[in-house]
Amino acid sequence: MSRAGRKAGAKARPALALSGVDGAGGDPVGGTLPPMDADASLLRRLRDGDEQAFAALVERYHSSMLRLALSFVPSRAVAEEVVQDTWLGVLHGLDGFEGRSSLRTWLFTILVNRARTTGVREARSVPVADAGPAVDASRFGPSGAWVLPPEHWIEEAENRIDAVKLSELIRVGLDGLPARQREVVLLRDVEGLSGAEVCDVLAISEANQRVLLHRGRSKLRQVLESELGGGPR
Amino acid sequence: MSFLSGVPRFRFLRFRFRSHELVCQKVVELVTDYLEGALSPADRRRFETHLADCPHCTEYLAQMRETIRLAGRIAPEDLTPSMRTDLTDLYRRWRAEG
Repeated sequence: MSRAGRKAGAKARPALALSGVDGAGGDPVGGTLPPMDADASLLRRLRDGDEQAFAALVERYHSSMLRLALSFVPSRAVAEEVVQDTWLGVLHGLDGFEGRSSLRTWLFTILVNRARTTGVREARSVPVADAGPAVDASRFGPSGAWVLPPEHWIEEAENRIDAVKLSELIRVGLDGLPARQREVVLLRDVEGLSGAEVCDVLAISEANQRVLLHRGRSKLRQVLESELGGGPR
Repeated sequence: MSFLSGVPRFRFLRFRFRSHELVCQKVVELVTDYLEGALSPADRRRFETHLADCPHCTEYLAQMRETIRLAGRIAPEDLTPSMRTDLTDLYRRWRAEG
């Protein structure tokens, strides 16, 4: 799929871009859309009214946006509305976007603001993180040393289950996290934002961000462990 | 603070501290701060000193790194056909307005 080749025709003849990428499989855009470097040219194309550029952006970020929205609002239908509303906000805001943050940080910030406005979830009364250790206390002895240490599974992870199942496992794990943890892990580890960007998007402190990230990552590791070997099943 | 005043006492405390350096149960709680570069230089040293002697915590850290790596590799899910249609419409309406 040559983007350069399409660029010329895209403006004059908005193709059936969004409906055309169906069933491409795998990661149709992620590989060709590195988050930072591509911003400038992508932005130019978006402002030029290049439907392909919009389609690429949608394919790349839609599922994370939906998942993020879902942690603020009560239903998928409402989350989809929030996401659509966000895309509209993005389009309308294109001319005013000054590029002080990365495009995706801007995108997620709009989303979170809209989701918060729409959401019924109490925003601030939630404690920093739910209690609970990274690893169950029963796996350590009285001295604090491991009695049930982690078994080795890292190399096997990708040999024993394929990438699709592994992705699915992570997704299920993500969806099982408390909302605040899920938001941070999604932005930081799945989308690869920096810690500072995550703090900006979610309007939380760095310390809070790290605690939530720690809880969330630790639980994801447990999910992998219980699937791949070792630990309590 | 009399317990800090005597030199022998102080040595004793230091000795106790050394013998109670990070335990595994504490190490697993510091992994994220370690990976995020948020530990003080002293805590970082204690953390790494523990790792050097503890294969289990070394394994644990590697698993956390692997978890992060795998999380970063999940592919975006496909849009539902109706979402795709809605967004195409949304885009074209916006284009028509401009």
